[in-house]
Amino acid sequence: MGISNIIFLVVFLVAITFFIRNLNRIIANIKLGRDIDRSDRSTDRWKNMFRVAMGQSKMTRRPVAGILHIIVYLGFLIINIEVIEIVVDGIFGSHRFLSSILPIGLYNFLIGSFEILAILVLVACVIFLIRRNVVRIKRFWSKEMTSWPRTDANLILIFEILLMSAFLIMNATDGLLFSAGASHYVSSFSNPISQYFQFMFMGMDTATLVAIERFTWWFHIIGILMFMNYVLISKHLHIFFAFPSTYFANLNPLGQFSNLQSVTNEVKLMMDPNADPYAAPAADAAPPEQFGAKDATDLNWVQLLNAYSCTECGRCTDSCPASQTGKLLSPRKILMDTRDRITELADNKRKGKEDTKSLLGDYITAEELWACTSCNACTDACPIELDPLSIIMDMRRYLVMEQSAAPTELNMMFSNIENNGAPWQFPAADRLNWKNE
Amino acid sequence: MSELQVKTMAEFMAEGKEADILFWVGSAGSFDDRAKKITRAFVRIMNKANVNFGVLGTEESSSGDAAKRSGNEFLFQMQAMMNIEVMNGYNVKRIVTTCPHSFNTLKNEYKGLGGNYKVQHHTEFIAELLAQGKLKVIGNLKGTKITYHDPCYLGRANNVYDIPRELIKSLGVELVEMKRSKRKSFCCGAGGAQMFKEPENGAQDININRTEEALALKPDIIATGCPFCNTMMTDGVKAVNEGAAEVKDIAELIADNL
Repeated sequence: MGISNIIFLVVFLVAITFFIRNLNRIIANIKLGRDIDRSDRSTDRWKNMFRVAMGQSKMTRRPVAGILHIIVYLGFLIINIEVIEIVVDGIFGSHRFLSSILPIGLYNFLIGSFEILAILVLVACVIFLIRRNVVRIKRFWSKEMTSWPRTDANLILIFEILLMSAFLIMNATDGLLFSAGASHYVSSFSNPISQYFQFMFMGMDTATLVAIERFTWWFHIIGILMFMNYVLISKHLHIFFAFPSTYFANLNPLGQFSNLQSVTNEVKLMMDPNADPYAAPAADAAPPEQFGAKDATDLNWVQLLNAYSCTECGRCTDSCPASQTGKLLSPRKILMDTRDRITELADNKRKGKEDTKSLLGDYITAEELWACTSCNACTDACPIELDPLSIIMDMRRYLVMEQSAAPTELNMMFSNIENNGAPWQFPAADRLNWKNE
Repeated sequence: MSELQVKTMAEFMAEGKEADILFWVGSAGSFDDRAKKITRAFVRIMNKANVNFGVLGTEESSSGDAAKRSGNEFLFQMQAMMNIEVMNGYNVKRIVTTCPHSFNTLKNEYKGLGGNYKVQHHTEFIAELLAQGKLKVIGNLKGTKITYHDPCYLGRANNVYDIPRELIKSLGVELVEMKRSKRKSFCCGAGGAQMFKEPENGAQDININRTEEALALKPDIIATGCPFCNTMMTDGVKAVNEGAAEVKDIAELIADNL
């Protein structure tokens, strides 16, 4: 084992350790949420995950972005097979380890496919950058897309472009070295794309070529390790969390909202003629649960998982009737705020710092919440079935049932329902008048 | 005008009979002047097809949809449990309603509170009557151009997109689609209890945005299947270009062409 193998091993282990530590922190943050039972219908859940996350079934509703995304997604999945080889080579000092164990035809096929995918990913990322920064598609520039979210997106695209370039240059120089007979490389490999990059390195001496090949090799693997860790502080976390989010997604009809069990208990007690209205709660009874959500920890863990899974594509906001008519509400912002708040709250807790903020008020305002028509355009538009609407509803529940802070007209509507069983002020006795009019 | 044959569930019970179907009229259908016309049109259809239905009349109360979606879960569940008690008392098995909000709540949200019913939107029910041959429409609206606005609580919320369109087409009309239709439909602005409050500040009211889209197709009629959508689109037409198109419920279109 040479010095470079030791350096590789150290870098690799440090990167993996950091990754696991930070991933565990995010999982712990998600577990700060309230409990919700999503252990039912596991067959349907697997199917949903395969169709929506793996199969990308909702992405192509917007064909341009959808097809480009599928290219990057497939490229990411498949090219990462190459990482296995890089890691083995890195630790053991072999070169193109897989070529020594796989039939050469298969190895050539693999490397050839990686190269074709790499160039497609590269082109797709360039188009994505143009869409964001030159064409300036509206949903990438709305008000919650402040400087960091925009930079975050661009960084990821540039990262991917650099990684793909390094991969192709590595193959180009490797191929040159092999055909010059100057390398210790055991076998040739097909390079359907990188051969067209070789002209840049023609005429260079062997030492320079080896240097470039080694540099891009290191760049590629360190880049991947950095990228992996960067993802955890980025909106790009969807590459992992899209899978659990679609597995644990709401499988009920979109119109079906949850019935709060704590309220059911209260209402049943109220309607029970045998209940003792003056009964004191049992001594060991849990304190009554707060209705609705004020802070991120009042949301359930699926909602928090959703918040970390959002990649800020903005399809929700782009289809939201409130957002599209200039209201303050943006469903994407609801998810971003939830993510930022649960992260802040958990960090403060970890550091023992005082925390006086809350999701409601400091991040999301009542005006945003009251602009929602509950039309489900956002939940339907989301390519990974995230549910910002349920967060809006839980926060409305807090406003109304804990703070009595509904808009005046809604309070009037409530008292009409309470007094005469209709949202308008008509006597219940007139309910059948339409029959004779 | 009292040619409508309407009996309450209480009257059925007094006669020792049972209705096959409960027609859930809804608060809008009971009290709103425009929506009452939709209620009456649907009753005309059911009378024509000799449907054995009853209504709750004064025993009906708000479904609780508006309360629930404004966050007042307490009031919603009170309403739901009272309504369930009444309906279970009459041994209700099947419900049909002209309001997608009641439809959604009764169908999806009552079952967790002890109310298990087969619930249909009136368009689904009318389509069934047509298929069974209990009803025949005259396709005499040829040359009329109609666009259909999907109510969110019928469409996205419960995936009913095609049946309302088939009913419209059965009238022999030209059905033109807005760009934002079916699952991509744009809300009228009334859902989530917005019907009962002023909209939040913004650049434009949602119903205006939607009405402009509909009127750009130059339809004679904007059809829909929800009393709230009807109000919002009617107000929208008044504001954008009064008289440019009529806003009608599918029940009215069918009832006028029997």
